[in-house]
Amino acid sequence: MTIDPITLAVFVPLFGAIAAFVFPRAAVWLGLGAVLATCATVLGLAREVLAAGEVVTPLGGWAPPLGISLRADGLSVAMLGMSAIVGLLVSFGALDALRDLRQRQYFWPLWLLLLTGMNGVYLSTDIFNLYVMIEVIALAAVGLTVLSGTKDAVRAGLEYMYASILGALLFLMGVGFVYLQLGRLDFAGLIAAEPSGALSAALALMVIGLLLKTALFPLHFWLPAAHANATAPASALLSGLVVKAALYIFLRLTTYMPLPDEILVTLIGALGAGAVLWGGVQALRAERLKLLVAWSTVTQIGLIFLAFARAGQVGLTESWKAAALLILAHGVAKSAMFLAAGRIKDEVGHDRIADLDKSDIRPTLAQFTFALAAISLIGLPPSLGFIGKWSLMEGAMAAGYWHWVAVTMIGTLMSVAYFSRVFAGFLRFDRMRGELAEHKGWALADIAPLTLAVAAISLGLMAAPILSFIELGYPFGELP
Amino acid sequence: MTPDLIYGATGIAVFAIGLIGALCAQDRLRRVLALKLCSVGAGFILVVGAWRIPPADPDPVPHALVITGIVVMVSATAVALALIRRLHTLEAEDDD
Amino acid sequence: MTETPFLPLIILLTSLLAAPVLFALPERAARLRTGINLGVAALKLVLVGWLSWKVGQGVIYDISFEVLPGLEFKLQADPLAILFVSLSALLWLITTVYSVGYLESGPHRARFFGFFSLCVSATVGVAMAGNLFTFLIFYELLTLATYPLVIHRGTAESLRAGRIYLIYTLAGGLVLLLGTLALWVLAGTTDFSPGGVLEAVVAENRLAAQMLFVVLVGAVGVKAALVPLHAWLPIAMVAPAPVSALLHAVAVVKAGAFGIMRVVYEVFGIETAQALGMTAPLAALAGITIIYGSLKAITQDDIKKRLAYSTVSQVSYITLGVALASPIAAVGALAHLIHQGLMKITMFMVAGNLAEGLGVKKVSEMDGVGRRMPGTMLAFSAAALAMIGLPPLAGFVSKWYLAQGGLDAGAVWVIALLLGSSLLNALYFLPMLQRAWFRDPTDADAPPKQRIGWMLAAPPITTALMVLAVGGFANAPFSPLEWTRFVVAIEYQE
Repeated sequence: MTIDPITLAVFVPLFGAIAAFVFPRAAVWLGLGAVLATCATVLGLAREVLAAGEVVTPLGGWAPPLGISLRADGLSVAMLGMSAIVGLLVSFGALDALRDLRQRQYFWPLWLLLLTGMNGVYLSTDIFNLYVMIEVIALAAVGLTVLSGTKDAVRAGLEYMYASILGALLFLMGVGFVYLQLGRLDFAGLIAAEPSGALSAALALMVIGLLLKTALFPLHFWLPAAHANATAPASALLSGLVVKAALYIFLRLTTYMPLPDEILVTLIGALGAGAVLWGGVQALRAERLKLLVAWSTVTQIGLIFLAFARAGQVGLTESWKAAALLILAHGVAKSAMFLAAGRIKDEVGHDRIADLDKSDIRPTLAQFTFALAAISLIGLPPSLGFIGKWSLMEGAMAAGYWHWVAVTMIGTLMSVAYFSRVFAGFLRFDRMRGELAEHKGWALADIAPLTLAVAAISLGLMAAPILSFIELGYPFGELP
Repeated sequence: MTPDLIYGATGIAVFAIGLIGALCAQDRLRRVLALKLCSVGAGFILVVGAWRIPPADPDPVPHALVITGIVVMVSATAVALALIRRLHTLEAEDDD
Repeated sequence: MTETPFLPLIILLTSLLAAPVLFALPERAARLRTGINLGVAALKLVLVGWLSWKVGQGVIYDISFEVLPGLEFKLQADPLAILFVSLSALLWLITTVYSVGYLESGPHRARFFGFFSLCVSATVGVAMAGNLFTFLIFYELLTLATYPLVIHRGTAESLRAGRIYLIYTLAGGLVLLLGTLALWVLAGTTDFSPGGVLEAVVAENRLAAQMLFVVLVGAVGVKAALVPLHAWLPIAMVAPAPVSALLHAVAVVKAGAFGIMRVVYEVFGIETAQALGMTAPLAALAGITIIYGSLKAITQDDIKKRLAYSTVSQVSYITLGVALASPIAAVGALAHLIHQGLMKITMFMVAGNLAEGLGVKKVSEMDGVGRRMPGTMLAFSAAALAMIGLPPLAGFVSKWYLAQGGLDAGAVWVIALLLGSSLLNALYFLPMLQRAWFRDPTDADAPPKQRIGWMLAAPPITTALMVLAVGGFANAPFSPLEWTRFVVAIEYQE
C-alpha cells in the first residue's frame, strides 16, 4: 500500500501528537516538525486536487459501507490549508507566548491532536466518522482552554466541555436516526435519500448539535469565557480554527440534505442577526481586550450564518461563496488578533481596555497587527473580510433580502465602535505614567501575528483564485 | 409493539432525561452523569438499527459504532472528571 | 494606444512601499527619513509628469485584474485622473517639506510619515480608480490613513475629534459600499465611463436610479463636506497644521469632490443625471453649503476654524459647477479643484507658521503680524485675495467660469450666489488682512517666540506664487485651465 497525502494529512499530526506526548522534552521540536510536515502534505494534496478535481482514498483498502474512505475536494483542501498555515504561524507565536514549562509540554500534543481532528473532519465522507472527529476536537480544545491553569480558565473549560459533549451527543443521536432510516451513513447515501420527516428530525438534531459547537447565538454562552481565558495561542486556535470545523460540517450537511423549509433558513438568519447584534453590544461593554475579541467571534459567526441564510430553499450553490470567504477571513484575521492581544497583554502587563493608554510601553507592532486584523473583521477594503461581506451583501441585495443587508451594515458600524475603543487606548498619549521608550515592546514574536494580519488584508485581492480553487471537485453539487 | 420500537422509544426517553439533566442540573458531577445518560440513549438508537427480524443476523456495523461511541465517551468523561477535581482544588486553595 | 500599463501602478506603489520603511525607521534617523520622504515625493512628481505628458498625447493607461468573478480592481489614468494626481503629487512634495520642518522635534515622526505616505497613496488611488469598486477601496484606505494623522497629538481632544471624523467618514464609506453594490447589482458593472453606465437601468426603473444617485452622492458628500454632512471638517482641524493643509487641499475633501465628479459624469453621465432631475437639487444643496460655510466662517475667531468653514464653502463651488450641467461651469469646477487646493494649502501652512512662530492662533491676536512675518503674510494675502476672487487671481478664474456656466445653464441665481459668496469671503478674509497689515502689534517689543526655518517659510510662499501663476497665466498651454477644457470635452463627449 502506498501512502498518499490524503492519509498522511490525518496521520502525520496524529503521530506527531503521540510523539510529542511521549517525549515531552522534545515536544517543541517534534510539534513544530509535525506541523511543518502537515503543511507539506496539504500542499501535496492541493496539487493532486488541482490536477484531478477530487481525491478519494479508502482507508486501508476497505471500501464503504464497511471501511472509511477519505475524500478531498477544493473546499476540504481550502479548510485544510487554512488550518495548516494559520496553525503553523500560531505555532511560531506559541514559541514565545508559552513560557511556562508545563504549558510548553502539553500545548504541542493537544494542538496536534486538535489538528488531527480538524483534518479528519475536512476529509471525512461519513457522518459517524464526523462524530468521532468532533469529539477528538472537543477533547483537545478543552485541554487547550485549560492550559493556562487559572481558575477562570478551568471553569470556562468545564463549561465548554459540557456544551461540546452535549453538541456531539445531539449529533450522535441524529446519526442514529439516519442509520435507522437509511441503513448507511456515508455522504453518497445522504445525497441519494428521499426527504422524509424522520430524516428532517435527524438533520435537526445534528444541526442543533453543530450550532452549539460553533456557538451560534443563543448557544454561544460558553464561548466568550473559554476564548478569553485561554492562553493567547490557544485562543487563536480555538477562535480562528476550531469553531470552523462545526461550521464546515453544517455547510456540507445542508448541501447534501437541504433544509426542508424556507422558514428554517430564515430562522438561521435570524439567529445570525441576533449574534451580530448581541455580540456587538457585549463587545461594546467588555472591559478586557481578550473578552472583546472573543465577543467579536460571536458576531462573526453570526455574520457567517447570515451568509447561509440568504441561500433560500434552493440550497447553498449561490451563498457558499460568501460563507466560505467569511470563514477563511475570520480564521486568518481572528488568529492574528488573538495573538496580537496576547502580545499586548504580555508587554503591558494587563489587558484592561480603559487603562491601556496609561502604560508607557506601547508594543506598536502588536498594536498595528491588531488594527490590521480589525480592518479585516470590520470588513474594510481591500481585506478578505471586505470581500466576504461584499459577496454576502451582493447576494442579499440581489435576492431582495434588504433586512439582511441592514443587519450587516449595523453590525459593521458596531464593530467600528467597539474596535475604536481599543484604538483610543493605543493612540492616546496624555495619560501616560512615564516617558515613552522608542520601539519598546517590539519582539520577534510579533512576526507571526503580523504575517497573519497582512495575509488577512491582502488575500482580499486574491478572492477570485481562492473561490475557483474551492469550486474544484464541485463540493456544492454540479454547478451550472 | 415490536422490540425495535420499544428499544427505540426507550432510547429517545433516556436521551431526553439526560438532556434535561445536562441543561438544568447545577451540580457539576450531575451534569456529567446526565451527559452519560444522553450517550446511552444515543447508543440505544444505534443498536436498534442493528436489529433484524429474528431469523436474520443482526447488522454488525451499528455494534461497531456503539463500541466506538462508548470509547469516545469514556475518555470524555475522564477529562470532565479531571477538570472537576482540578477546579475543586483551585477553589479550595482560594478559600484558604 | 496603451503602453507601459504599469506606470499608474508604479506611481501608486512609490508611496505605498515607502510607508512600511518609514514606519520601521527609528525616530532618531531623521536625515534618512527626510531623504526617503523627499526622494519618493520627487520621484512620484517626475513619474506623474511623465504620465501627464503621455496622457496629454492621447494615451490611456489601464491595468486591471479580477477580484471576484466579473469584478475588477482597475487603475486607469484618464485626463480627469491626471488632473487630481498631479495636484496631489505636487502638493505632497511641498507639504512633505513643510511637515519635516513642522515636526522637527515632535514625537512619533516615524508613524506620522508612514501614514502620510499611505494617505497620499490612497489619494492617488482615488484619482486613478477605473471603477467605483476600486474607488471605494481607496476611499476607505484614505479614511484609515488619515485617522492616525488627525489624532496625531494623542490628547483627549484630538481623540474625540478623531472619533467624530471616523464615525462620519466610515458611515459615509458604508453607504458608498451600499451604493456600489446596488450599482453592481443593477447595472452589472461599476466601471467609470464618460456618459455613464446606467442608461438601461434608468429606462427600466427610474426610481431606483434616483435613489442610487442620492445614496452615492450622499456617500461621497460626507468627505466633500456638503451641508448637512460637513460637521466633521471644522472639528478635525485639531490635527497638526500640515495634516489640515493636506486634508483641506488635496486629500479628504478633494476625494469627496472628485467622487461627486466621477459619480455624476461617469457613473450616471451628465445627461442622464439631468434627465433624472437630480442635478438641480444638487446645485441647490451646493449653493446652500456655499452660503452656510461662509456665514459660519465670519463668526469664527480661531484661525483654523475660520479656514475650515471657508473650505466647506469653497469645495462646494466644485459641486456647484458639476451640478449646473453646463460645460462652461464644469471648466470652472475642475479648475477650482486645483485652484482651491493651492489657495487653501497656502492658508493652512500660514496658520501653522503663525502658531509656531508667534503663538498666534486666533484672528483677534493677528494685530500687526504682517510686520513680524512679512513673507508668510504676503503669501496669505495673495491666497486670501485670490479666494475672494480678485482678478486675475486663481479664484477669480474659477468664479468667472462658474458664473458663465450659470448663465449658460439658464440659472441666473448663480450670479447672485457668487456675488454674495464673494462678499462674504471678503467679510471674513479682509479683517484678517486689515489686522495683519494695518494695526500695530499688541506687544510689538515681544520678539518672535521661535525662528521659522526655511522649510516652514518656503512652502506657503511657493504655493502662493502658484496661485498667482495659475490665475495670471490661465490661458497658457499646460495650465490647469487648459487641461480642464480637455477633460470637459471628454466628459461632455464633444
